[in-house]
Amino acid sequence: MTTPSPLPVEPAEEPARLHRVFRVPLRSPGVTLSVLVLVLVLGWALVPDWFSSRSPLTGLPADRFQPPSSHHFFGTDHMGRDIYARVVHGAALSLRATALAILIALGGGVILGLVAGFFGSWADAVIMRAVEVTMSVPPLLLSLTLVTALGVGTGQIAVAIGATSVAAFTRVMRAEVLRVRAAPYVEAAILCGARWWRILPRYILPSAFGPVLALAALDFGLVVLAVSSLGFLGYGEPPPAPEWGSLVADGRNYLATAWWLTTLPSLTVAVVVLAANRLSRVFEAEGGHR
Amino acid sequence: MHTALYAATRTLRAVFVVWAAFTLTFVALRLLPGDPVALMLSGRGGFAELTAQQVAQARTELGLDRPLIVQYGSALADALHGDLGASLQTGQPVSRMIADALLPTFQVGTLALLLALMLGTLLGVAANLTASPLLRQLLRSLPSVAVSLPSFWVGLVLIQFLSFRWHLFPSLGDSGFDSVILPACTMAIPGAALVAQVLGKSLHTTLQEPYADTVRATGAGRVRLLFGHGLRNAAIPAATVAGMLVGSLIGGAVVVETVFSRPGMGRITQSAVSAQDLPVVQGVVVVAALAFAVVNLLIDLLYPVLDPRIRATGRLVTT
Amino acid sequence: MNPVEPVRDHESAGVRGSRVATGYGDGAAGSPGARAAVPPEESGGEPLLDVRGLRIGYRAARGTRLAVDGLDLKVAAGEITAVVGESGSGKSSTAHALVGLLPAGGVVLGGSVRLQGEELTGLGERAWREVRGRRIGLIPQDPGVSLDPVKPVGAQVAEVLRVHGLATRRDAPARAVGLLAEAGLPDPDQRASQYPHELSGGMRQRVLIAIATAARPRLLVADEPTSALDVTVQRQLLDHLQEVVTTTGTAMLLVTHDLAVVADRAQHVVVMSQGRVVEAGPAGRVLADPRHPYTRELLADAPTLAARPPRGRPGTAGSAPVTVPGPASADAAPLLRVTGLTRAFPVRGPVLSRRRTRTAVDGVGFELGRGETLGVVGESGSGKSTTARMILGLERVDSGTVLLDGVDVTTVRGAARRALHRRIQLVYQNPYASLNPRFTVGELLTEPLRNHGIGSRAEWGGEVRRLLDDVALPAGVERRKAAELSGGQRQRVAIARALALGPEVLVCDEPVSALDVSVQARILELLVGLQERHGLSYLFISHDLAVVAQVSDRIAVMRGGRIVESGPAAELLRAPQHPYTQQLLAAVPGRSTTEDTPCR
Repeated sequence: MTTPSPLPVEPAEEPARLHRVFRVPLRSPGVTLSVLVLVLVLGWALVPDWFSSRSPLTGLPADRFQPPSSHHFFGTDHMGRDIYARVVHGAALSLRATALAILIALGGGVILGLVAGFFGSWADAVIMRAVEVTMSVPPLLLSLTLVTALGVGTGQIAVAIGATSVAAFTRVMRAEVLRVRAAPYVEAAILCGARWWRILPRYILPSAFGPVLALAALDFGLVVLAVSSLGFLGYGEPPPAPEWGSLVADGRNYLATAWWLTTLPSLTVAVVVLAANRLSRVFEAEGGHR
Repeated sequence: MHTALYAATRTLRAVFVVWAAFTLTFVALRLLPGDPVALMLSGRGGFAELTAQQVAQARTELGLDRPLIVQYGSALADALHGDLGASLQTGQPVSRMIADALLPTFQVGTLALLLALMLGTLLGVAANLTASPLLRQLLRSLPSVAVSLPSFWVGLVLIQFLSFRWHLFPSLGDSGFDSVILPACTMAIPGAALVAQVLGKSLHTTLQEPYADTVRATGAGRVRLLFGHGLRNAAIPAATVAGMLVGSLIGGAVVVETVFSRPGMGRITQSAVSAQDLPVVQGVVVVAALAFAVVNLLIDLLYPVLDPRIRATGRLVTT
Repeated sequence: MNPVEPVRDHESAGVRGSRVATGYGDGAAGSPGARAAVPPEESGGEPLLDVRGLRIGYRAARGTRLAVDGLDLKVAAGEITAVVGESGSGKSSTAHALVGLLPAGGVVLGGSVRLQGEELTGLGERAWREVRGRRIGLIPQDPGVSLDPVKPVGAQVAEVLRVHGLATRRDAPARAVGLLAEAGLPDPDQRASQYPHELSGGMRQRVLIAIATAARPRLLVADEPTSALDVTVQRQLLDHLQEVVTTTGTAMLLVTHDLAVVADRAQHVVVMSQGRVVEAGPAGRVLADPRHPYTRELLADAPTLAARPPRGRPGTAGSAPVTVPGPASADAAPLLRVTGLTRAFPVRGPVLSRRRTRTAVDGVGFELGRGETLGVVGESGSGKSTTARMILGLERVDSGTVLLDGVDVTTVRGAARRALHRRIQLVYQNPYASLNPRFTVGELLTEPLRNHGIGSRAEWGGEVRRLLDDVALPAGVERRKAAELSGGQRQRVAIARALALGPEVLVCDEPVSALDVSVQARILELLVGLQERHGLSYLFISHDLAVVAQVSDRIAVMRGGRIVESGPAAELLRAPQHPYTQQLLAAVPGRSTTEDTPCR
């Protein structure tokens, strides 16, 4: 039998965290599919012309109301425009708005949460009261208030949605900063003579950032939904811009006769959100702390 | 004693939140780039050329020439008396418009809330009760699929099948109980998914805590463990989400009422936002915040019943 | 086979609830006196529990990891069999397998577990439910989290009776109160309607004992039942369990890491290491004459109450100054002098209630000479950690002074505090939490040098290697992260970091209490060695009197924020003056064997 050596060496460390995140797709077909979906949609947004040679804005009147076929994947609308081309070109609008909204939420939340959590006292009190208030108005209504103030357009939608989510990010960031700040290893750093301008970037930020990024991943799907909902309500780019939500709103008038006009763009939104949510769960499990 | 104090602090907090929501919208809407007077005049009389004199006169009429703080004070005083100003589009008092719109939205919302709670609880419990891994996997992934569906699409699909194809329910408008069902279902689906996710997850977590092993070690079965211990413990985090649920229903009303062309708070909001009708938007937000605050207050008051640790200290146990 | 048979029938009849037949079960109505009868047919002969070749594994992504490999053990009625091992030895898995509650992924791969002759492995869930609680009771490890927080404790006891159909809805509450009384819970009537958070740790463990024994199981499995409790409470509970076993003829499997607990209570011992049994036998024989090297090592490493041999010390209470190895020798004045240190904390009471405070440290004073070790012993809440933090300037001081070399350091801030930390450093209890998981060991050790601008970048590498060498860590460790090291290695890194600035005083706050016994012993040896090499002064804080005794020249006993007794280690251990010290000493498990064990 083995006798313990004076220096027990534990089994080799598991692969690094990032490595684990990227290994998961290989094991789960759902995750692989989600990655493919998001890569495809990203491709639509970046180089729409590779995916559809048709124009999203003009169509042949002779081609009106064509149901989906090998010629028109998603069918055509009342002006003969190819819906697939409109969805592909709309990806850029919808995803840009989503990205902008998340950047605003992330940036604002990280800064406010950091200030509240690290410096505390009155800054903390003021920020957290403001967070409490913004979280006491239903999010969609708050976004609508901001849209009222800012006016109509995809950019405005993005700012409105992003600003609405700042509160949630602030809360998570603050909680993380407080958690890390109370960790014995941060106190140990103080004992080792580290000053706050070293502790903040070297100790607190890297540890607190993981959960906040996980929240951003989780928020992605929600923001895509919110952007398309506001587009559906008519607050996005004015027509004929092919934003996803407004595509559905346009198709609503032909609900009884041309099902594809509402169903296929909506399905695109649903699949993108589903894929994003699936991936965010992987991030949450592997990337966030513990 | 502690419970009374707890209730008092929570009530104060709810009042503060409603006041803050009022202030927040006031500030947000006054700071916006557009000029409300120009909007109002153009809203009433078409895009007529406006003279400087007309604008100045309108400003005086509305009291917009006064300092912002005075405007805020009188608006707050009016609001406390139930006067939320007049719509810029129609000139109608906002409180009247809201009062008229409240009932249809309340009907749909209440039904949706009940459906969401029932369906969500059922799913969340079933996912933790079943012994079959396949069924559990299915019950767990159902809610995450449901939250990914855009609610406008859910409404459109329901209309397409249940109204157009099978003629079971009226598709649009407000004509008795039948017309409430589809909108309520549309609103309930994401809510039910939310409840199922949170309750399912917190049940799963609580059933893995050491105390659950103590219960298992006494020979208690799954059902007794889940209903006798798990549900009550899981209800504490899950109750928080019920507040979020009401918030999402209020927001969802805007989309759903637009889809089903129903009258109600959502429709007022939708058209007010398009027209930048500030007093109406502000009125809606304040009323929504009030409803939201009341629900959250009720949930806060439920916590001490659920969790004896709060009864003892009057504080939420945050772990 | 045959002698076992009648017992089995007898017992299963009781399980079905038609007849609560055991002599033990009849006493269940809550009259403690009525259950003294020991069923004679089981006190000798066949073991109640017979485990043979048990193998337990955990399914993981990369195949099955074996946690227990071929365990044999027997437990007889009225006896205690102890399973002893360090973390990872498989002892906890064994306990859970016996009640059929292995954590997710855990499976019994082979072997047999026979309870009163009946095979338990491979039982279905329904059959297990008849066994759990009714025939095997489990006493879990951590009373803090093992009770349902939202149910009154009486109801939790009553539930067991209801589960097994031993009481009606009407009489269950009263029976539960009786069981709580039996388990030694004071004021059981009142306590039954209270919630777990309203009870102390010891009281909660008594509730858990009441739950485990409610349905009168013939076997109790106790998984580290007292390791989360203070020593004095620990002793009372162990006494109680022992009494249950001897008076009722219940068999008990006691899983523990603490050899001393075994020495006091068990009849048989099974020593486990890395999933295998390395030695088994009667407790007396195994402890007196351990045959396997691992057992021998475990015994040798267990802290005993032997005081550190007195060394020449600059006495602080008037004894003659003696030379000390190290830089400053003929120094008569103490290096660290603490007087009247006091700190009160606001109590987080109910909202809006009158502000109250709890005095955590109340007029603490002591001196620490150069090269000396002062041990501070106290149970949780005694104020020992707060004292340490105040000395380091990490905690505000309400009143009192801390003089380092005659200079008051209680109010230092900023640069002065940084300078203070070059002379006095801290080693934390938990090396898992005190090392930044993102840093490599090399980065961890250069942090203090970099922060204080000591040396140049080029010199840091050599300095790190010197520090690692000092704490006996092999070269190459500096490139690894803390998460890749074992608990003992991490604590060595933490000590190396504390030494990096060349301090004179090291405050060690429970430096070994998170570690296994054998690792604990190595770290204590390291600390003693470092002290001799560098002439360090230690303020050594622990809840464990035996650990403190091993390294301290003098010992101070803290309770309720005050030092109740202090003095040279050997003297204090030999003739404790204060009743609390006497109580602490008496509560140290394994005390009876200590006298026979030669001093190391």
